[in-house]
Amino acid sequence: MSTVERPAPPRSYLEEGFGLRSWLTTHDHKRIAILYGIGITAFFFLGGLAAALVRLELVTPAGDLVSAETYNKAFTFHGVVMVWFFLIPSIPATLGNFLLPLMIGARDVAFPRLNLFSWYLYIVGGLFTLACLLLGGIDTGWTFYTPFSTMFSNSHVMLAVVGVFIVGFSSIFTGLNFIVTVHTLRAPGMTWMRLPLFVWAMYAVALVMILATPVLAMTLSLIALERLFGVGIFDPALGGDPVLFQHFFWFYSHPAVYIMILPAMGVVSELITHGARRRIFGYQFMVWAIIGIAVVGFLVWGHHMFVAGQSMYASIVFSILSFIIAVPSAIKVFNWTATLYKGDISFDAPMLYALGFVGLFMLGGLTGLFLAATALDVNLTDTYFVVAHFHYIMVGGAVMAYLGGVHYWWPKITGRLYSEAWARFAAILMFFGFNLTFFPQYILGWEGMPRRYHEYLPQYQVWNVLSSAGATILGVSYLLPLLYLGWSLRRGARAGANPWDATGLEWQTPSPPPLHNFAQTPTVTEGPYAYRQ
Amino acid sequence: MNARLHPVPEQFDDPVQQREAATLGMWAFLATEILFFGVLFAGYTLCRVRFPDAFAAGSRHTDMLLGTIETAVLLTSSCAVALSVREVQLGGRQLATALLGITAALGASFLVMHGFEYYAEYREGLIPAVHWTQQGVYAKGMEIFYCLYYFITLFHSLHVSIGVVLLIVMAWRTWHRAYDARYHTPLELTALYWHLVDIVWIFVYPLIYLVGRAG
Repeated sequence: MSTVERPAPPRSYLEEGFGLRSWLTTHDHKRIAILYGIGITAFFFLGGLAAALVRLELVTPAGDLVSAETYNKAFTFHGVVMVWFFLIPSIPATLGNFLLPLMIGARDVAFPRLNLFSWYLYIVGGLFTLACLLLGGIDTGWTFYTPFSTMFSNSHVMLAVVGVFIVGFSSIFTGLNFIVTVHTLRAPGMTWMRLPLFVWAMYAVALVMILATPVLAMTLSLIALERLFGVGIFDPALGGDPVLFQHFFWFYSHPAVYIMILPAMGVVSELITHGARRRIFGYQFMVWAIIGIAVVGFLVWGHHMFVAGQSMYASIVFSILSFIIAVPSAIKVFNWTATLYKGDISFDAPMLYALGFVGLFMLGGLTGLFLAATALDVNLTDTYFVVAHFHYIMVGGAVMAYLGGVHYWWPKITGRLYSEAWARFAAILMFFGFNLTFFPQYILGWEGMPRRYHEYLPQYQVWNVLSSAGATILGVSYLLPLLYLGWSLRRGARAGANPWDATGLEWQTPSPPPLHNFAQTPTVTEGPYAYRQ
Repeated sequence: MNARLHPVPEQFDDPVQQREAATLGMWAFLATEILFFGVLFAGYTLCRVRFPDAFAAGSRHTDMLLGTIETAVLLTSSCAVALSVREVQLGGRQLATALLGITAALGASFLVMHGFEYYAEYREGLIPAVHWTQQGVYAKGMEIFYCLYYFITLFHSLHVSIGVVLLIVMAWRTWHRAYDARYHTPLELTALYWHLVDIVWIFVYPLIYLVGRAG
């Protein structure tokens, strides 16, 4: 009798080394993704604490909990941290880093050392921002508007500017890596029109990262110049033009919104096809919608400046372009909905997050149309309506999708299953908590409550109390995944290679994957989402 | 010998793929560089529309002779680096090293000439915030012109300095037979970078030195 020698299962990337050194010097895209994951989680909760302070202050109309200065610093810190240290790197640097090579059948990204370097840049930038907080904070708002930021603010503007400048290079290098990886490292048979939509989203977002971020870096340098030497091109007292600053800033920061939402759309396309067990409806439309959003996203920045004194004709053009960008966004929503039609829908946790995303993104997108209308925007500018609108996109959209993605790929990343019941509970709680927090802010804004004030008229109190109550629920729902996902790391059942029975190359390799992802480079013979004909 | 000296990193299948990735990476990086300088040119253009006369007055204070020589020097250096790449492709190690040395020397001389310009401007009181003695109706607009002048030229000189260091490394490695007709990707990419530095200057030169001079 002969025994068949079974090959030992390949060592997973988590077993390649256990010391801190093996992590901090790794070139493995999967480990770098986890390093990023730890970083952005820490910053997410820091930024969340600042938001909690803001919501606590706003429970009562009087400014009684903190001073106006502290309040300004709280919402500025919240904005800076959430935008640059959580949302921008969130999906691309964690899920993107982990999945992009897996999804295209590659062993790693094209430049692994550059990948690690970009993580270190992220950390160094983060340390500057933390130093800014510890030394007393910054009160300019995350937008750094001149001349306040350059001439009048007495807070630590320079530290925050340097921090954001550095973290910008981290995202440039990540983008560069993704572009080259998608172009050169696709497995045999993985043609462009067979790429999963998540990969397309990463590719589009990488283009936006490398083309928009340099503009931010230079603009921040000009701010530093003006603040340090008292010379520059933005301060009207020096003969400069503050609206020029706004043009430069939003030339980056509007595309930055698409850096946040495009990856979210990519994640949701994966989640919905898995949850409905169907091919995506209109794959090519989805691809061109992604590219369309990325391209037109560069041309709409002026809608942030309808009341800032730009020319009326510019405003009209920016308004029309902002309406146009709603078209590819709507195509995506319609196609997700059509994918569900006659689908074999399972309401597991990732799917709940994805469905939540679609609803919240739609509400955020439709209110964006209100704000793109020049006449209406004059009324709504700088009110809570704007705050509610962009939180629906950035929190209701991007954060829901990020968490949905984390749940969906958690078994792949860690090799463990989490408690499905708790995960569903958290997803549903998050949806309700989110709406309770931010829907009242639409009403507040509509009734005229301006943003960024720490006091308000008593007539607005009811909605503010509702919003703060919602924020508490939202906070709990963000803490829950930390607990049950953490628990699953030790106690969770082992996940097989493909616990969802999903398509996609990332599910064809063991969970967690071995160092070089695949035992043999896979050959691709059909498009993505081949659930059924 | 080359395969031993330059093992293909594990993420690539073969040297061809590696070369494609490195080249595309450099082009993507150059695209970001264009955006870096693009902001400054956009800022320059808008400020010039606001202060056309002051920008012309500021431009007349620049040293057109040195600026023109600098332009010629950079263009010549770009030619030299292109020839050195060709020479390596043909297997000429010594001439290639010499051409790289010439490129680096021309780059360094560009920096020295710019240093002289800055010194002359310092003596004239043309450095905003540090030493500014200009008076008159155009003083304010000129200050903005010089502010942008320093920002753009210093940022460009930073690129030239990085380029000179890279060129010296390339010359050193070419001399020590690191590159040959089959493998010379780093040299090629350094040359690409150097051409960008040159091209940016081709835009800087008329904007700073020539604009409004005749008027």
